[in-house]
Amino acid sequence: MNFRLKDIIPQLITVIAVVLIFGFFTYNAQINMENRGIDFGYGFLSQESSFDVQFSLIEYDGSHSYFRAYLVGLLNTILVSVIGIIIATILGVIVGVARLSPNYLINKFAAFYVEFFRNIPLLLQIFFWYFAALRALPLPQDAEAILGVFFLTIKGLYVPAFIWQNFNIFFYSIVAAVIAIIVIRIHAKKVQESQGKQIPVFLISIGLIFILPLLSFLIGGVSLSFEVPILKQLATTSFIYEGGVSLPPELIALTLSLSLYTATFIAECVRAGIQGVGKGQKEAAASIGLTPNQVLKLVIMPQALRIIIPPTTNQYLNLTKNSSLAAAIAYPDLVLVFAGTALMQTGKAIEIVSITMFTYLTLSISISILMNWYNKKIAIQEK
Amino acid sequence: MFKYIKQLTSLVAMVAVLFTFTTESMAAKKSKTLKNTQKKGFVRCGVSQGLPGFSNADAAGNWTGVDVDVCRAVAAAVLGDANKVKFTPLSAKERFTALTSGEIDILSRNTTWTLSRDADIGLTFVGVNFYDGQGFMVRKSSGITSTSQFKDGISACTNIGTTTELNMRDFFNSKGIKYEPVAFEKADEVVAAYDAGRCDTYTTDKSGLAAQRTKMKNPDEHIVLPETISKEPLGPVVRQGDAVWEDIVRWSLNTMIEAEEYGITSANADMMKTSDNPAIKRLVGAEGELGAAFGLDNDWSLRIIKQVGNYGESYKRNIADTGILPDRGPNQLWTKGGILYVPPAR
Repeated sequence: MNFRLKDIIPQLITVIAVVLIFGFFTYNAQINMENRGIDFGYGFLSQESSFDVQFSLIEYDGSHSYFRAYLVGLLNTILVSVIGIIIATILGVIVGVARLSPNYLINKFAAFYVEFFRNIPLLLQIFFWYFAALRALPLPQDAEAILGVFFLTIKGLYVPAFIWQNFNIFFYSIVAAVIAIIVIRIHAKKVQESQGKQIPVFLISIGLIFILPLLSFLIGGVSLSFEVPILKQLATTSFIYEGGVSLPPELIALTLSLSLYTATFIAECVRAGIQGVGKGQKEAAASIGLTPNQVLKLVIMPQALRIIIPPTTNQYLNLTKNSSLAAAIAYPDLVLVFAGTALMQTGKAIEIVSITMFTYLTLSISISILMNWYNKKIAIQEK
Repeated sequence: MFKYIKQLTSLVAMVAVLFTFTTESMAAKKSKTLKNTQKKGFVRCGVSQGLPGFSNADAAGNWTGVDVDVCRAVAAAVLGDANKVKFTPLSAKERFTALTSGEIDILSRNTTWTLSRDADIGLTFVGVNFYDGQGFMVRKSSGITSTSQFKDGISACTNIGTTTELNMRDFFNSKGIKYEPVAFEKADEVVAAYDAGRCDTYTTDKSGLAAQRTKMKNPDEHIVLPETISKEPLGPVVRQGDAVWEDIVRWSLNTMIEAEEYGITSANADMMKTSDNPAIKRLVGAEGELGAAFGLDNDWSLRIIKQVGNYGESYKRNIADTGILPDRGPNQLWTKGGILYVPPAR
């Protein structure tokens, strides 16, 4: 009895202290808000927002609700995070491997890149890419077409829009190709295990992913045309492009700076992971006749990944949270749209900040769970 | 549990009140903000992050502007020294939270007085120190001379967290023009982006446009269009719930405007004590007991006029002489064709 009490009491005190502290803050906030005549409530979310947003993935204008504005911001945050994570990962792996290259030039260049970009504050980099790029980019009327259809201008990157006919057939053909590839891979693994024969899965996969969609064009009635952006004059010296899809320079600058910054950290994770695999492993793999490519793919990487994944998860989380610096350069992310404009127009500081915090928490935890699941999957399966 | 805490706090407060009763005047006792300000020795004032003519810091960190002068006037009245102000630069987004949370005691940051701000979020507007309206700036080379020439696809740079964002939508919607809003958190970035050519037009209060124009690489390349699309009465704001402090700020501003009306300047204020006009004598503290109502001495208004000057002097020094808006427009006294009209100090 005595023993158990000793165990419970510190815990109990901690719980009481936490409850009291939170209770005190809540109570204090309530009293202060009451004194200052501020209402508390989430009812404003269904009110008309009456402000517009520059860039949105879903249909939105000021006649929609604040909740819709919240979704616009959230989707924009997710968009920039996902693109950023993909680019940063690809770049990070390339640079990480390059740092271990025996080639002096590649090696030093990768090292320079890492040291340069990770040691400059991210906000400065965002400003640099935004304002430097803005000043360097041409006005719409002076822009040279890239490949005849892309226009990179100070007002954004204009790309042709795809106009599909029978898009669903094209989509099914891709799905069919992916399923076929998975089946072939499983089969190839079985064949290798039972007969030791290797099937060139990679070449077959590439063939499938091209041929099936191509067939959908030839016999499935799928057709694709492009809507090329066309220059339109607004005033004597003011032009824009109409038609096609326009990506705002804010999105481009933010994605670029977040990717370049985070890639340096991922590169270091990758380098550490590869160097963490014992030298003997590589030599042993080579001695049984594996090609250098196979050594990397079959022996080094599976072991290195176990070291790489946990710190890389942190970088993914950082990138997602850093995307909130978007507010500085007018990219309408969650912080700018919801914790910025919506907060100002409603004055609901506590409600909006709490929703925003909870949203970032949910985003981060989702990434964590996903990465932990992956980490578990590639971890050593102890038998 | 909380009930006891509450009782305990009120008991402590009552004891404190009993002890301080003899030394503090009634007004000072009623105003927590005034008491805190006098204890700290400076007025905590929220200003913009740099808007020439309104609130702008020079290289040495000295703040100037008509908004700044309101805070200086309060400092002169309450503390006797117009320099005893601590300025906190705030973005449009931060400003109200800074005030309601008690980080600052006056918000004098070209803030538009609107119903929802006044009623909803625990603030009280005390007056108007600048009558403004929203306008548009464009590049001269664009050939645009009126908002009627705006076309679908126009991009407009502005600040977030302002009435500007809402007015802009109302304006473009009513004209049926599709536009691209590019909204930044800080004014400097808005200017930089517009100046670089990111936007076709820059929209904010006309005074703001005139002031920011001076920051452009080449100010002469830009013009402010004649149309005004909204009413923007700008004025100082205080927290709700401290009526005495609210009155002090309101009457510090009113004193500056009324002083101009009666021709009292920083130079002649002392001589005005012997004026024949009782209204003038009241303003310079030679007659009546006007300060007592706020718990201040009788020279509070004289100090404002002597140290900060009247509204006209402040306008001339900050806005006219700097070339921002040489013409006072509506911000002229009612006696001279403007709409500046304040209740009498008596």
